Amino acid sequence: MLWNVTKVEYMHNGHMACPGCGASLSMRHALKALGEETVVIIPACCWSIIGGIFPTSALSVPALHVPFATAAACASGVRRALLAQGREKVTVMVWAGDGGTFDIGLQALSGAADRKEDFLYVCYDNEAYMNTGVQQSSATPGGAWTSTTPGGKEMDFSKKDMFGIIKNHHPSYLATASVGHPEDFYAKFVKAYAKRGFRFLHLLSVCPPGWRIDSQDSVRIARMAVESGIFPLLEFEAGGEVRQTVIPENPIPVNDYIKAQERFRNMGAEEIKALQATIDERNRRLLQHA
Amino acid sequence: MSYRADQGGGAPKMDMLLGSDAVAYGAKLCKPDVIAAYPITPQTHIVETLSLMVDKGELESQFVKVESELSAISACYGAAAAGSRAFTATSSHGLALMHEVLHWFAGARFPMVLVNANRAMGAPWNIWTDQSDSLSQRDTGWLQLYCETAQEALDSVIIGYRVAEQVMLPVMVNIDGFILSHTMEPLFIPEPDEVDTYLKRYEAPYFLDTENPLSFGSAATPDNFYNMRKYMARAMKTVPRILREEFTGFEEHFGRSYSAIESYRTEDADTIILVSGALAGTSRVAVDRLREQGVKVGLVKLRLFRPFPGEDLIRALGSSGQVLVFNRAVSFGAGGTLSQELRAAFYHLDKRPGILDVVISLGGKEVFPETVAEVVGQADQLSEENSNWF
Ligand code: SF4
Repeated sequence: MLWNVTKVEYMHNGHMACPGCGASLSMRHALKALGEETVVIIPACCWSIIGGIFPTSALSVPALHVPFATAAACASGVRRALLAQGREKVTVMVWAGDGGTFDIGLQALSGAADRKEDFLYVCYDNEAYMNTGVQQSSATPGGAWTSTTPGGKEMDFSKKDMFGIIKNHHPSYLATASVGHPEDFYAKFVKAYAKRGFRFLHLLSVCPPGWRIDSQDSVRIARMAVESGIFPLLEFEAGGEVRQTVIPENPIPVNDYIKAQERFRNMGAEEIKALQATIDERNRRLLQHA
Repeated sequence: MSYRADQGGGAPKMDMLLGSDAVAYGAKLCKPDVIAAYPITPQTHIVETLSLMVDKGELESQFVKVESELSAISACYGAAAAGSRAFTATSSHGLALMHEVLHWFAGARFPMVLVNANRAMGAPWNIWTDQSDSLSQRDTGWLQLYCETAQEALDSVIIGYRVAEQVMLPVMVNIDGFILSHTMEPLFIPEPDEVDTYLKRYEAPYFLDTENPLSFGSAATPDNFYNMRKYMARAMKTVPRILREEFTGFEEHFGRSYSAIESYRTEDADTIILVSGALAGTSRVAVDRLREQGVKVGLVKLRLFRPFPGEDLIRALGSSGQVLVFNRAVSFGAGGTLSQELRAAFYHLDKRPGILDVVISLGGKEVFPETVAEVVGQADQLSEENSNWF
């Protein structure tokens, strides 16, 4: 599979991401799957900076920066204009963080998903407001330190279920993906590209400064999220069932994932045990459909 | 709903239209690629009529039925960025919800036309005419036009696109909620082919083009940001000249003449009323009556509010004794919005008229010709220092 990936780069040197940033790695591979006929819509998030400061750009596809709460609505307008102009073949992709998706942009996202707007919405979820210096969002998992949850976020493990929220809007395609599993990641972007209608990809996006990890460990941690079952790789196509696309061959306890990150330093053994139980329960349900 | 009246004798046919429908016809004639809208009283008829036109196949626009006004203007922003002509209509709270994107639109130098049905802002709830909604958006970089009649509203939409697409700044056309939006008026609907020759298809000078990939709105350093704003201010500066040309061009095409401001019976007037919107009509009736009684009063109607036509106003008002500024919006702690602007325009001159700040109406408080006559009658007792409330 991977050897079919194009050698052409649409994301270039000189971008402004931190070393080991999952959001930049993700963009690079996403664009390889989607190709040059792509327009990227970026609300306020780390990518407002990563893409480069005027007049430079790290992207060789057109990009539109938009206000925080408006990504899905702006993308709707871009898509409709392209339709009116007969430029249907251009892919419109929103590239938003978790703040712009789970929190402030949720209304516009719900509206666009409900209207079955024909574009791909990608949320690179680094589980906090990283661009403003690590404040908690509704995507921050329980137990995680952020600058607004200095003692760790309340131990309610049920992070907002974005997959479920979008699924209940009846999208044509919905998946989770991680750059730790590039084949699966790439295959999902290729699939999303080929579909019409509203498509949503939820990426768990490793963030070394926000997660308090070493930048050299980011891909390893991304893999651990999948192997521990805290971030299962899922896929849903209209008319089908939710499918787990990668079933970890060597599952690891969630404790390993938690212990590998400084942001979870306040979590005690009991809390990790409770988290493990939640994950086990969810995975049991998932495997029933596998 | 439109009723066409044949006056016979080869005279051009007139239609009877609601103000809202006049706007919808105006928008339709401009063939926007994308219309995005959300209902709000008293604008709703505009987008209802437009969706009916799309439904019947009379209008080939993409109609995005969004879930909020914030998304309406955002969808227009996306459409304009993609190089399309976009349209929306809103009012009051809807316009307030759009505020952030109004800044973005002008900052990104994308053109569009938005029609706002002027209505009060809460609290308390009030659906009646008031200019607080649009005048409080004066610093967003949008051009603002105010209409007295439905004909003017229809024509302003068409002229609005011509101007917006030249200066690459968005245009807000304001009509009084209910007074214009919900009143029927006889007017001329231009023929589609006439509009087609006047308003060509929009050719965006820059857009989201995969052949020539550019980034729009990416972060700018303070120096670059400052320069971009400087260019925006310069573009605004060109508007009065371009608007004059466009009004002339419009008159050549359609036979109706407009200008940034309009004077009415101001020759030899001691007192001049400065007014905008439909209240100009009411005030004109009052001026006629007062003139019959020998009162030397005239009226200047402000059609263009942004950019503020200071030079035109100095010429029109400079030799009068006093100006009664009729405000339908107040900046609390600083007085009527229109009065402040007018005072600023006259500040550098030694000789200037007395400028009286009159808060004539808010939240649709009724103004009759008698009300206007009464205010003019009391002019000598009004304060020049403070706002005058009644
Ligand atoms: S803060 Fe995190 S998400 Fe943002 S650029 Fe740095 S690594 Fe990437």
